[in-house]
Amino acid sequence: MSTLVYINSNNGLNKAALEVVTYSKNLGGNVTVIATGSSNQELLATLGQYGASKVIFEASVTADDAQQLTELIATVAQAENAATIVFSHDVVAKAIAPRLSVKLKAGLVSGAIEAPNADGSIKVNVFSGKAFGSVKVTSDKKIISLLPNSIQPSISGSNCSVEAFNGTLTTSKIKVISTKKPEGAIPLPEAELVVSAGRGLKGPENWGMVEDLAAALGAATACSRPVADIGWRPHHEHVGQTGVAIRPNLYIAAGISGAIQHLAGVNGSKVIVVINTDAEAPFFKAADYGIIGDAFEVLPKLTAAVKKFKAENH
Amino acid sequence: MNILVGIFVLNLQPIEKKSKMKILVCISKSPDTTSKIAFTDNNTKFDENGVQYIVNPYDEWYALVRALELKETIGGNVTIVTVGNAADEAIIRKALAIGADEAVRIDADPTDAYYTAMQIADYAKSNGFDLVLTGKETINYNGSQVGGMIAEAMDLPFVSLATKLDAAGTTLTLEREIVGGVQVVEVQTPAVISCAKGMAEQRIPNMRGIMAARTKPLQVIAPVAVETLTTYTTYTMPNAKSACKLIDPSNMDELVELLHNEAKVI
Ligand SMILES: Cc1cc2nc3c(=O)[nH]c(=O)nc-3n(C[C@H](O)[C@H](O)[C@H](O)COP(=O)(O)OP(=O)(O)OC[C@H]3O[C@@H](n4cnc5c(N)ncnc54)[C@H](O)[C@@H]3O)c2cc1C
Ligand SMILES: Nc1ncnc2c1ncn2[C@@H]1O[C@H](COP(=O)(O)O)[C@@H](O)[C@H]1O
Repeated sequence: MSTLVYINSNNGLNKAALEVVTYSKNLGGNVTVIATGSSNQELLATLGQYGASKVIFEASVTADDAQQLTELIATVAQAENAATIVFSHDVVAKAIAPRLSVKLKAGLVSGAIEAPNADGSIKVNVFSGKAFGSVKVTSDKKIISLLPNSIQPSISGSNCSVEAFNGTLTTSKIKVISTKKPEGAIPLPEAELVVSAGRGLKGPENWGMVEDLAAALGAATACSRPVADIGWRPHHEHVGQTGVAIRPNLYIAAGISGAIQHLAGVNGSKVIVVINTDAEAPFFKAADYGIIGDAFEVLPKLTAAVKKFKAENH
Repeated sequence: MNILVGIFVLNLQPIEKKSKMKILVCISKSPDTTSKIAFTDNNTKFDENGVQYIVNPYDEWYALVRALELKETIGGNVTIVTVGNAADEAIIRKALAIGADEAVRIDADPTDAYYTAMQIADYAKSNGFDLVLTGKETINYNGSQVGGMIAEAMDLPFVSLATKLDAAGTTLTLEREIVGGVQVVEVQTPAVISCAKGMAEQRIPNMRGIMAARTKPLQVIAPVAVETLTTYTTYTMPNAKSACKLIDPSNMDELVELLHNEAKVI
């Protein structure tokens, strides 16, 4: 059995890339990586440590045109005789994996959170994280798109060989006019630590406290939906059933009531800390640690405690 | 008099705006976001008991409303399509009340994303649409699969997670989410687009719309023979959380200590 992993190495190798290679290695069999974006062979070779036996790179293809990238991956999948193709469940995978599923007639499991069970079925989030489902692929080939932060990358081998893709490509039908990327911010879906706040913070001018805590922890920031709707925070920070679904190791929520639609996107978090003045706030039922108190006092105190802890432990 | 008006309208037909767009919007149903989620038949089926269905929010708020706005500015026609059973006609009427011109129901259970997409692609191929819009994902299965699958089956470009969409002639200008940022892209029609937050604002249907929806055309067509590639075998509920540990608001050192030593997350 052979597995092909797609990674985008535009910005180097992120944790999600290491996760999908580790995941594929754990499936058993041979693992080949197809990488777009970077031609840094030294860097790509390190994927061997996580279980890849070979990396094929194609630096001229971007993730901009799903049709072109699908062609590339399908060509490599056929050449490598891959029975399984693995993606990290990010915005690129959401565009490519469904196309590839049709092209190769390979059943697609979106948002896998675990390795396959003994019967081959794979656990995914359903109902926006309110429940889990087990999906079985009935076609010969399959595609798995792994939710970021579902497994830990692990080193099992040494560097592998790297070669350039050798083939012809279709032209892109999508013309890129401009690209905006926030500098240095941690992408929310991949973040291991997230500090989030809601309407209880009263106004955008009070977000400094949230950002200070996030900076002290090295966390990403998030918010509830009304906060993004009224424009206090950018839309991409909105988590929940109709926003981003996240599963960080730690989710700290200040001034968020914990409505069912909010919980849906965050209850995959390993540990939840809730800060709310109202002891009856529904969020406390989903919390591991609760602080009944005013976020305006608690957040700065928590930031100070985190800084003190970091100073003592590093 | 009536006859005269009829002729007058007919005469106007040839000078319609050139950029008139034929738009197909894919509509699915999802349980109301406050629904209690439970399963029956040995945890193999979603328990529909007492569940209120709504139009999947992404399909309604973003895809459908943006399609209507485009129609209002450049002219055209908005058809909605659903793969579903007769019971789904309630959500189809809701989408018609918001303003779609006509509806098509492909009479089948949407068993998996592949099956559903193949049905829609088959219908869309033979009806020549300029634009096929889907929601970003359904909020029950959250697959984000159907749009991309339709695009591949129709061999069309696909722009996923678009947050803005404008059209001028055959050129579409879109803003979309990319990993950690946003991008502005151009693509030519026909194309398939999946719609995310930002594209439009929710519209509440008014009484006139609701009345009009009752008489708008709803065509029911038979599915084509397609296999499925995936099945859900069982469902499980998350483990109940153990009771929340309360921490004194003035003792944040204790919280940090617990997060480090007990929860081991920092
Ligand atoms: C179809 C649908 C989809 C939705 N999708 C989402 C979604 O994806 N994500 C989402 O978040 N919401 C979603 N919602 C909205 C959701 O129902 C809630 O309205 C929303 O989550 C509430 O946001 P909030 O907790 O910030 O505000 P509020 O409900 O107003 O809660 C504010 C909280 O702050 C507390 N508070 C006030 N002052 C302080 C203080 N000084 N210190 C500490 N705490 C304080 C209050 O006690 C209260 O609990 C959706 C709704 C619908 C109908
Ligand atoms: N049964 C269906 N009928 C029509 N459109 C659907 C159906 N299921 C999904 N879609 C469309 O495909 C989008 C993505 O769905 P999914 O792949 O299930 O997340 C939805 O937002 C709808 O626009």
